[in-house]
Amino acid sequence: MTAVLEVEGLRVDIAMAAGALHAVRGVDLALAPGETLGLVGETGCGKSLSALALMDLLPRRVRRSARRMVLDGEDLAAASPRRMEDLRGDRMAMIFQEPMTSLNPAYTIGNQLAEALMRHRAVGAAAARDRAVELLEKVGITAAGERLRQYPHQLSGGLRQRVMIAMALMCGPRLLICDEPTTALDVTIQAQILLLLKALQREFGMAMIFITHDLGVVARIADRIAVMYAGEVVELASAAELFAAPGHPYTRGLLRCLPVPGRDRGEPLGVIPGMVPNLAQEIAGCAFANRCDRAADACRAAPPPWAPGAHRARCILAPRAVA
Amino acid sequence: MLLFAARRLMLAVLVALTVSVICFFLLHLSGDLAQALAGSSSSASDVEAVRKAYGLDRPIIVQYLGWASRVLTGDLGQSYFFKEPVAKLIAERLPVTMVLGVCALVFAVALALPLGVVAALRPNSWIDRTALTISVLGQALPSFWFALMLIIVFGLTLRWLPISGSGTWQHLVLPSIALGYYATPAIMRLTRAGMIEVLASDYIRTARAKGLRAPSVLFKHALRNAVIPVVALAAVQFGFMLGGSIVIETVFALHGIGYLAWESIARADFPIVQAIVLILASVYVVLTFLADILNAFLDPRLRVG
Ligand SMILES: Nc1ncnc2c1ncn2[C@@H]1O[C@H](COP(=O)(O)OP(=O)(O)O)[C@@H](O)[C@H]1O
Ligand SMILES: [Mg+2]
Repeated sequence: MTAVLEVEGLRVDIAMAAGALHAVRGVDLALAPGETLGLVGETGCGKSLSALALMDLLPRRVRRSARRMVLDGEDLAAASPRRMEDLRGDRMAMIFQEPMTSLNPAYTIGNQLAEALMRHRAVGAAAARDRAVELLEKVGITAAGERLRQYPHQLSGGLRQRVMIAMALMCGPRLLICDEPTTALDVTIQAQILLLLKALQREFGMAMIFITHDLGVVARIADRIAVMYAGEVVELASAAELFAAPGHPYTRGLLRCLPVPGRDRGEPLGVIPGMVPNLAQEIAGCAFANRCDRAADACRAAPPPWAPGAHRARCILAPRAVA
Repeated sequence: MLLFAARRLMLAVLVALTVSVICFFLLHLSGDLAQALAGSSSSASDVEAVRKAYGLDRPIIVQYLGWASRVLTGDLGQSYFFKEPVAKLIAERLPVTMVLGVCALVFAVALALPLGVVAALRPNSWIDRTALTISVLGQALPSFWFALMLIIVFGLTLRWLPISGSGTWQHLVLPSIALGYYATPAIMRLTRAGMIEVLASDYIRTARAKGLRAPSVLFKHALRNAVIPVVALAAVQFGFMLGGSIVIETVFALHGIGYLAWESIARADFPIVQAIVLILASVYVVLTFLADILNAFLDPRLRVG
């Protein structure tokens, strides 16, 4: 089956007073229909910018470029801003980390939901309303008809995020990008939203990019996981393989930071010592070399190649680690 | 919503009442009204006669209550100077001032709102700086000076518009611009700041993520939220304009209540001054009330409680 999304060499540069900040430095991604890709990494590693770049939602000072960026046969890299507007909300949709502020306080839920459909489909207000009710019910909101008349401030954070999900699904997108959709929510609601997203994905048959800094969350939802570090993907593997045999020292570091049921209560969680390199400069070798306890001279000399195979890690030590 | 409106209305009435009390007492304490009315050269017995005739010898509280109870029945008293009912004098002149104020406000909003939006779209660009310059000029120029410049350029040199008097809509153009231009900087800056803040908000990102076209993002989603504080400001600015109309009415020889107030203060025509203050305060209060209602309409979060 052909991929829903293929991205090669995605770069995001932020214009700063002192020069460009290379926040995303050549990311490759591919998603099959119905697949969930988890995008994990520490805060600030470029996850959100990568997602916003795909949606063409970057702020004005921020530029995207890519060798190849194809959604469902449509070349996103060559698409005009107007064409991107046509695709956004229709073929690709996104939900965000901040449910409390992501809805417009001045309009009813119904208005904002209907608008998403009416922008892309030649449907009347009544049909859009019906679709809104249908989706609110699908995301588990009771008394959907009455909710349509409510304003965002009358809803809790969890409900607002459900509304955001419903809104993203109004046109039945091929790709849904979720940028830390549960980070701002209570733990119990987090779990509900994760289950909901998984169920909806199956029902709609859409591909999903699920962004989080929390490996524990991604383990529950992703088929494959891409680990990002300093604007690059450093490891890409199926969820099971990644947790069983992490190939990159950074991934191993992240896993040590994860609280697991078997671990002793008293044992402190691991932290990865050191600092993320300055992204304003070109990085000659492996970006993680300065924090890696196994770094050799070769690591600092040239960017490490991808280890071959389905489970790929960008580390010269990886083939040994995986094999 | 009804409860909200009722509360605001009560507050508004209270404000008008307070203003009338303060004004009444200030006018009485600012000097001896009987002396002023009788003239500075009149004898002590004449002054006392005037004091008795106008009821100024009674305790000030009694005077206020007498005045207030008459006002409630619609009687604003007699002008000392014109010897005519104050209500009639004001009724003749109020429309001129109101029409002038409304035209000035419309001009100010029509100029400041687009300038603010355009400036917010490209902050610190040349468009932004030009918009800022245009609006700041409005604040830097003294209003009488700006009015005179308008008269010289458009009235005398170009001869496009009449420079004084009233009667046609052309007569209102220059005074409205002179009065309204003064309010543009504040409105423009608040619009600009509001738009910049709103455009950076998460819900604008959501609107764009839905694929909405730029006009819909800008006007439906951004401007609607950005103008909420501007509405309240416009009401306040309208109040300032009513005050400013004293100068503008004088320069353009428009016989509104601003001009009447100015004359009456000079003549110690206390009933007129007191009535004008009450009316201006009421207009101001009504406007603020309407602004509150409009705000509640624009911002659903204000509708509760
Ligand atoms: N608008 C911006 N201006 C300047 N720097 C930014 C901006 N947005 C993001 N960055 C920087 O780019 C890097 C990546 O950001 P982001 O993609 O938001 O990270 P995350 O992985 O936490 O989502 C961070 O170091 C952040 O500081
Ligand atoms: Mg982020």
